[in-house]
Amino acid sequence: MHELHYTYGLIDEDSKREVRRALLKAVALPGHQVPFASRDLPIARGWGTGGLQITLALLAPEDILKVIDQGDDESVNAVNLRRLIAQTTGVALTAVTADATVIQTRHRIPEERLRADQILVLQVPMVDPLRWVEPNLERATVMHGEADYGRMWVYMYESVIRAGDLRIATQYPVIVADRYLMDTTPIPRWDVPKLHQADALFLFGAGREKRIYAVPPHTSVAPLEFEDVPFRVEYTPGQCCARCGCGDSFLTSHAVSGADGATRWVTTCSDTSFCAARQAVS
Amino acid sequence: MGYIAARGGTAAILNAEVLVEHYRLRGDTPPLTLGQVQHQLRHAVGRAMHEGALYAPQLAALAVKQAEGDSIEASFLLRAYRATLPRVMATLPAQGRSMQCARRISAAFRDIPGGQLLGPSTDYQIRLLRAALARECDEDIARIATLVEGFAATHAGPDVGHFPKVVDHLRAHQMVVPVPAAVDDAEPFDITRQALQFPCPRSARLQALAQADTGSLLTYAYSSVRGYGDAHPTLAELRYGHLPVAVAHPVDGSPVWIGELEATECETVSKAHSVRAGDAAPRFHLGYGFTVGQGEVKAISMAILDSVLTQVRSGGLSGESGPAADEEFVLLHSDGIEASGFTAHYKLPHYVTFEADLQVLERAKRHAAANAGGRLGRALAAAFAADALTEGTTADA
Repeated sequence: MHELHYTYGLIDEDSKREVRRALLKAVALPGHQVPFASRDLPIARGWGTGGLQITLALLAPEDILKVIDQGDDESVNAVNLRRLIAQTTGVALTAVTADATVIQTRHRIPEERLRADQILVLQVPMVDPLRWVEPNLERATVMHGEADYGRMWVYMYESVIRAGDLRIATQYPVIVADRYLMDTTPIPRWDVPKLHQADALFLFGAGREKRIYAVPPHTSVAPLEFEDVPFRVEYTPGQCCARCGCGDSFLTSHAVSGADGATRWVTTCSDTSFCAARQAVS
Repeated sequence: MGYIAARGGTAAILNAEVLVEHYRLRGDTPPLTLGQVQHQLRHAVGRAMHEGALYAPQLAALAVKQAEGDSIEASFLLRAYRATLPRVMATLPAQGRSMQCARRISAAFRDIPGGQLLGPSTDYQIRLLRAALARECDEDIARIATLVEGFAATHAGPDVGHFPKVVDHLRAHQMVVPVPAAVDDAEPFDITRQALQFPCPRSARLQALAQADTGSLLTYAYSSVRGYGDAHPTLAELRYGHLPVAVAHPVDGSPVWIGELEATECETVSKAHSVRAGDAAPRFHLGYGFTVGQGEVKAISMAILDSVLTQVRSGGLSGESGPAADEEFVLLHSDGIEASGFTAHYKLPHYVTFEADLQVLERAKRHAAANAGGRLGRALAAAFAADALTEGTTADA
């Protein structure tokens, strides 16, 4: 059997063109879910195949790519996706947010404000916030078409009554450009305000669910909230990163063993390149 | 930088790949040849092809070998390879009646035009382990070949293996729904080029079912016939053999034969009262199933599900209840590659979402503590006690 050869960007050119067409439509209709065929990749469904197809369809040979997972360039899945993209495109890679032209991410938006010449590609697991109240796609599509989000507001209200607050940790629902209800993907609430009136373009790809959507630059992104129960990000006063000392970044906890062998919990920046840059300066 | 446990990983990933190879080979046995896999594990190869939705027996044999026999993994490898190939053109519709049949049975009538041909089937085999297979040798291969030559001598003739369709017979006697008067000549929906959206055309449904996981289709079809539904199928015909495939000549449009598929085709009819209420002439509904390879259980399951879903769409009286009657539910959860991929993704790090979940849990605890003594708190607790929504609202990935 002869060797198998693969094209630039792995998937066939017609499929990449279809992704680009869906991206254009998504940018023209901020927050609207655009169906696309979604080819099968050598990465499993649910592991970032939607983001990967957008990235593969976007990358020109001169692009500089950054891939993160949980904010971390060295997380196993980020390493793996970067390896596949590098093998099939040969583009330059970076961990420095400011140097990247395209950033693919899972579960985080970088801490540094992105520029107009940068694109953030987010991997999307669930696509539709209405799934929580209407799992049937045919009916949910009609609800989006009619901007009928009443049941979502009831869901939010019940969350307040039961838990005393908007009981949504990640995937916080937002209204984009005063029109479409949109899933922000499992980014923490901390990252949601970064989508509002940004300079960069945000592209969202759901491979298994076969949908693409976008938040173009300078677009209004409003989290669902009530006058008396406002949207709040995660913030614990006084808590800061054990490595760089940052007090206003998203922190995750880790168990570390001290010299005495005892385990204690510390918090550090989840955005590792942001944290490394701060450590280098100080 | 030593805080995060599951980081870093280039070296670990490369080592894991080596270890997988080691586990495949450490039994110190001769390497499997692709020919052995293709011919002696023919159902594994067929399953990789119909679930991988790519007809390529040699590549499928390679996939089965590489996946160490894991059927979903093998079909995943083929599916991913398919996405690297351009689509050249659609074939002309392949007619099941042109199949060169190795097997052809009907459960509807004992005597069907052309007769029944049992062919290669374990249907009537007593399932006892045959210890002799452990010592199989070249003489055994020669003995079987001689026996089969004897079959061929008694069944020679130019039309052997070509049979009329049972469903044609049923149609001639007005027993099943007729072929639509205006046949849609448009290219069928292609779910590799367009996302499956609902309501979807029947061609999209059939394509999704044809590449679905065998076990999933079996479960849905079984649920529908066992009690969570009202499907009462009769197997009009099941045939297995080689199906010629043609494309239209790009210049004059005439059919050009480009090869053949080893395939299984199944047609079921549903019981009489399942037709639309008030129809003048009651007829059976048809269900259609198709797989490449000899995938009989999948083809039958697919035909049952097609029949159930067709009846739901057409307002039939049967098959309206049960999970198998919900087209979105069936089609969106039966793709083995999507389902296994997403289920396995929970192995990925979820540090960020879990951190956010922890903070919500803390807020909920504080809220519960603040309301514990109050009358409002007790009333709310009673009101929501039975509500399953109180947990698991942050379905994340």
